[in-house]
Amino acid sequence: MTDVTVSKSMSPGSDVVPRAARGAGARRGRLPMAQLRAYGLIVALAVITLFFEVATGGVLFQPLNLTNLILQNSYVVVMALGMLLVIVAGHIDLSIGSVVGFVGALAALLMVRFHVDPFSAALLCLAVGAVIGGLQGYFVAYLAIPSFIVTLAGMMVFRGLTQVLLQGTSIGPFPEVFQLLAKGFMVNVAGPWTSVLFALALVATLIGLSWRRRQARLRNGSPADSTAAFIGRNGVTAILILAFAWQMSAYRGLPNVLLVLLALVALYGFVTARTTIGRRIYALGGNIKAARLSGIKTERLAFLTFANMGALAGLAGMIFVARLNTANSKAGVGLELDVIAACFIGGASAAGGIGRVSGVVIGAFIIGIMNNGMSILGIGVDWQQVIKGVVLLAAVCLDVHNKNNRL
Amino acid sequence: MQPVLEMRGISKTFPGVKALDDVNLTVEPAEILALVGENGAGKSTLMKVLSGVYPHGSYTGDITYEGQPGRFRDITDSERLGIVIIHQELALVPYLSIAENIFLGNEPARFGIIDEDRVHARARALMAMVGLDENPDTLVTHLGVGKQQLVEIVKALSKEVKLLILDEPTASLSETDSEALLQLLLRFKARGIASILISHKLNEIAKVADRITVLRDGTTIETLDCRGGGIDEDRIIRAMVGRTLANRYPVRAPRIGDVLMEVRDWTVHHPVHADRAVVREVGLSLRRGEIVGIAGLMGSGRTEFAMSLFGRSYGQRISGTVRIDGAAVDVSTIDRAIAAGLAYVTEDRKQLGLVLGEDIARNTTLANLPGISTAAVIDAVAEHRVAAGYRTKMRIRSFGVTQQTVNLSGGNQQKVVLSKWLFTQPKVLILDEPTRGIDVGAKYEIYSIINELAEDGRGVLMISSEMPELLGLCDRIYVMNEGRFVGEFDRAEASQEAIMRAIMRSKGLNG
Repeated sequence: MTDVTVSKSMSPGSDVVPRAARGAGARRGRLPMAQLRAYGLIVALAVITLFFEVATGGVLFQPLNLTNLILQNSYVVVMALGMLLVIVAGHIDLSIGSVVGFVGALAALLMVRFHVDPFSAALLCLAVGAVIGGLQGYFVAYLAIPSFIVTLAGMMVFRGLTQVLLQGTSIGPFPEVFQLLAKGFMVNVAGPWTSVLFALALVATLIGLSWRRRQARLRNGSPADSTAAFIGRNGVTAILILAFAWQMSAYRGLPNVLLVLLALVALYGFVTARTTIGRRIYALGGNIKAARLSGIKTERLAFLTFANMGALAGLAGMIFVARLNTANSKAGVGLELDVIAACFIGGASAAGGIGRVSGVVIGAFIIGIMNNGMSILGIGVDWQQVIKGVVLLAAVCLDVHNKNNRL
Repeated sequence: MQPVLEMRGISKTFPGVKALDDVNLTVEPAEILALVGENGAGKSTLMKVLSGVYPHGSYTGDITYEGQPGRFRDITDSERLGIVIIHQELALVPYLSIAENIFLGNEPARFGIIDEDRVHARARALMAMVGLDENPDTLVTHLGVGKQQLVEIVKALSKEVKLLILDEPTASLSETDSEALLQLLLRFKARGIASILISHKLNEIAKVADRITVLRDGTTIETLDCRGGGIDEDRIIRAMVGRTLANRYPVRAPRIGDVLMEVRDWTVHHPVHADRAVVREVGLSLRRGEIVGIAGLMGSGRTEFAMSLFGRSYGQRISGTVRIDGAAVDVSTIDRAIAAGLAYVTEDRKQLGLVLGEDIARNTTLANLPGISTAAVIDAVAEHRVAAGYRTKMRIRSFGVTQQTVNLSGGNQQKVVLSKWLFTQPKVLILDEPTRGIDVGAKYEIYSIINELAEDGRGVLMISSEMPELLGLCDRIYVMNEGRFVGEFDRAEASQEAIMRAIMRSKGLNG
């Protein structure tokens, strides 16, 4: 904080020119730092990935394992997107692991016991998830009860209700169509080249968007990458995506879940960065009083973030049971911890107002690759917990350190 | 006589910035030294050097305290020798009692067990010295700001203070409380305690200070001796800004049009105590191009009135009507009030006005996101253009619109808040203490902006506790006391005496 006073202490009113000059210096000093932070996360992911690739003797990147990695990690990513909004709004949701179990059990009951058509059942399950989230959001937003307490209660309530629904049994198997959600793969219309063609289309879209953004920034006089940095960054991204698709095509191609994930990541990335509702959630978390006095309906916004979280937890619950092909009362136990850890590793601030979709996705994959890699290495669940805990703490320490240096 | 404190040739550099450059300051025994300068002149940095926040070795120059070289490693070092600093933001723990706060970190105890009897006896004795008539067990959160300030001072006394440093002690105090505090400083002086008083309120300084040291741009400009008389506010301002402010208020030829807003029978009740009326049957009118002031003492209900008008953001059981351009408007929620053409610039820009962690552009557009969006999608280019436009128009000093607002000076932060509200295209702007905590030069800029707003045909309703400011700017002034409007003066009739007389005459009307 001290340096804040210093920068203020140099505003005697008359020296406009030196102040502006200093500003330019500060910008030069600041941008690389911000970029370093953005890249720091990617570097961490790369280091962890390479470590496990070497330690497992190349098993990590084998097509089968890569596919498993996506499938295992999918529900964490799905929920991390919702959790990001909740955390940015200044709250937390501890109940999602239990909601995963509850919605999974509900899906099993509907489809297996009552033979409800899988599509209607899935829609109903999503709606139930949203209602559960909304219910908790109501207590948090309108009755001003701390989210930690409301969702802790929700965690107990829905774990209990999961057991009530299942009556101590496991229910399965699910209809074939429903299993496709987690186990299906994209139809390989172009044979083994389907994945690569899909990846090419994705790369083209990404580069196109990135190009447009850069043009807008240049037109605008906002800071933009140099041409070399632009080509380098997009080149690396393109190569990684294509390599990934090539590797995936050696097994069964791209899993359906991956498509769901891509769509959700794109949607939430857009909502957080470009829409008024996203902007308002950041303002709400940054300073709720100022946001309210700017005409933002802060209660409704907090309510909506919880309803959204619930719906995503419902979706995650369905992916979870579809993958196991059975619903049991332990489904999703402790899952909230991986999701919350992914958000904080990905740079979200516990105080609210800060966090990005890209960071959270990387955070989720750091957690996912650690889970996967340590399992391959045969490290017990006991030590896995210890290591994940240490990584979480280290990531947040690094984040706090970076912030203090920046201000 | 040997001075209590001598600071010689103090320089302090932060990476890339020289915050203090060869500053000299002396404090004589039992004197009140005022330290003045614009925001950012280096006053706080200097006091942090003195109190050990910046430890010995992180600055150059010498400190001599009571004849000994002062080399403080931290605050505890300086406090042990009787140098106590009271910061502008009070450092009290709200949910501890007065007595607990007084002895925090310094509890009379034996083997770690607190001696409650001694705590109470000493607390009472110390509280009596400053005239704080409260139960020592009262929680600090239940005290008003004035009394909280006294608790801070008692805390300083409990450490056997020899040199008391007060950083803007009266910034948030009412006139009565400020006066009492100044009297207290004079009493301390009589008992041999020296003080350094940092303040923007030059009239207070002129009242109590023995000498005035002026800082500008990190260097000592001069030290004025007031004991011989002849030092007036203009003389101090000239030293502070390095030029004469020929006119502290920009001139404007008012072009006043038809009635823009009318409020009738506005009554508001306290948000917790529903039977207590905070604002009573207030009525006002505001014309196009007119600047109307609301004068009154602290707690007279001005902010409460303004906030209740702005989408009921204060109070309950609100009744009354608002008409804009002759038609009744619905101001029952904040977004409706904004839609009706109202804007409220809060008195507390850090807590209520800005999202400090976000940049200038995002703060500027926050209250009118639809103005830069199509179908809820924000157009980043439009946002940048809007923010850059206001940055130029308001003369916001920053390296661009992507600078975080937390790094701006008070005056520039206020300009960002004003930009935010101008972008909602309001017809009526309510400005609540628009120049609080802003230095003299920036104040003039804010005044000019207010004048321009009126010239654009908007109506400006301005609340201020600084009467000269109201007199210098407003076309008409309402006087508020105990929730009522108790007087109305146009520019020609208004004077400090007239306003104070209206307040005093109305005292006790509500029984």
